[in-house]
Amino acid sequence: MNILVCISSVPDTTSKINFTENNSKFDDNGIQFVINPYDEFGLTKAVMLKEKNGAKVTAIIVGESSVEPVIRKALAIGADEAVRINMKPLDSYSTAKEISNYVNENPFDLIIAGKESSDYNGGAVPGMIADMLDLPFANACNGLEIDGNEVTLNREIDGGIEKIKSSLPIIIGGQKGLVEESELRIPNMRGIMTARSKPLNIIEVNNPTIMSESIQFEKPAEKGECKMVSSDNIDQLVNMLQNEAKVI
Amino acid sequence: MSILVYAESWEGKFKKSTFEAASYANQLAKDLNTDTIAVSLGNIDESELLKLGEYGVSKIFSYSNITKSDNKNSSIVLANHAKESKAIIFSNTFSAKMIAPRLSAKLKAGLLSNVISKILNSNNFTFQRQAFSSKAIETVTVNTEKVIITVSPNAFEVKTNPTNCEITTNDENFENQFSIIGSETNSGKISLSEAEIVISAGRGLKGPENWGMIEELAELLNAATACSKPVSDIGWRPHSEHVGQTGKAVAPNLYVAVGISGAIQHLAGVNSSKVMVAINTDPEAAFFKAADYGVIGDAFDVVPKLIEEIKKIKN
Repeated sequence: MNILVCISSVPDTTSKINFTENNSKFDDNGIQFVINPYDEFGLTKAVMLKEKNGAKVTAIIVGESSVEPVIRKALAIGADEAVRINMKPLDSYSTAKEISNYVNENPFDLIIAGKESSDYNGGAVPGMIADMLDLPFANACNGLEIDGNEVTLNREIDGGIEKIKSSLPIIIGGQKGLVEESELRIPNMRGIMTARSKPLNIIEVNNPTIMSESIQFEKPAEKGECKMVSSDNIDQLVNMLQNEAKVI
Repeated sequence: MSILVYAESWEGKFKKSTFEAASYANQLAKDLNTDTIAVSLGNIDESELLKLGEYGVSKIFSYSNITKSDNKNSSIVLANHAKESKAIIFSNTFSAKMIAPRLSAKLKAGLLSNVISKILNSNNFTFQRQAFSSKAIETVTVNTEKVIITVSPNAFEVKTNPTNCEITTNDENFENQFSIIGSETNSGKISLSEAEIVISAGRGLKGPENWGMIEELAELLNAATACSKPVSDIGWRPHSEHVGQTGKAVAPNLYVAVGISGAIQHLAGVNSSKVMVAINTDPEAAFFKAADYGVIGDAFDVVPKLIEEIKKIKN
């Protein structure tokens, strides 16, 4: 089985977000970039499927050379080879299109992406790939079993879970539950060493189709001071929630 | 020309988020001087469909034999009705997140998720959306002929605009790419992603047996219950209640955090809430820096008092 895991490079959640060039560009100075947390569940699941049934795991990322440490980490966690599409991921359509072009040339049985990236939370790329390649698609997957060609999966829906049966090839958007948090793999020394010698193919891009353009960033209005209420005066708190904040 | 809204239903009923999306679509239709039309997927009564007319929808196309999980056929149906549309509007729900990207690929229309503004310039598609887990707002322009927008629940108010509404029904069958073999929902409970009030608790509650008062408070306020990551990791509460990074992002009008310290990963999922209340024994808890109102105190003392006071105003 050939598994493709889509990896997105995102700022670590604890990063302070700042902008440069008149607030038109994200300031990546001093930012620690990591594998999108939702992608980590899918990557670990792919490595576990490989260990159980045998599979080849390819990790793919869209980004300029600065994202290489992130994709090397995916190799250290257990992907067999990596692909970097050499383009700044400016919007979801161009990102999905370039990954689809790659998969058209190099077919996969299972494609796992994160349900969304933790920076823009758009969750658009896997659904777009599904349409471009005419694959079945399920998002927010929190359980996946593969038996031969048959796929059984759970996906989150409002207030519950939906169980689905389908067949390979398929694309999913994964999250916690594909594997548990405690099962997530951390690269060990041997993984880091072998990652250096694993293949990392770089694909060049001509004229990507960009549909949206970022104009400007701003920060949301600063919150005022937190109003402290004594635990003996909870009536005051309720009064403020009702009459000042008007939320109850 | 028109603005198309996907009118999502759950077991034959619309929710508030559906009417928010319809109201948003209707506002955009006014700004662009056109009409609002809707597509409904799944079995639903005419009386329910007609409610969309209250929010400015003048035409509804109802497909009774298609399930919204079937994102392939759902997007084909929407694409057919979007031929004349300038914009297609979704509420940012689980099924919208499957259908909208497919539609974007089909129509070659730019997709903007988590939009929080109306159209800023009617000569081009300029909108604002949330970025970096609500730590920033991005102004973005789409350069395609049509635009697809998903709006966050609770980001826009429902606005009525009674309109004569015409329904066209279609009972064609569609072949799904997968089969749905079952589902489990706690239908009695308020959905966390669109609740107006969320009562959330963390390790400060000391054990799963103590959640009774959280549930009681939630019930009084017609709120959903949520929890922090450690609590869902230990198994005190189900994963589906975990809010924060790697869990759910919520944006209610009121978020009450009981015994939650306020780690950055937790705040990333809740800081779109309009008003936040933190209740914690630790005066240094990070949540007090993010909250609007704070109480330094023990959950077992404060929450029962809160229940008492809420009961007073509810009577």
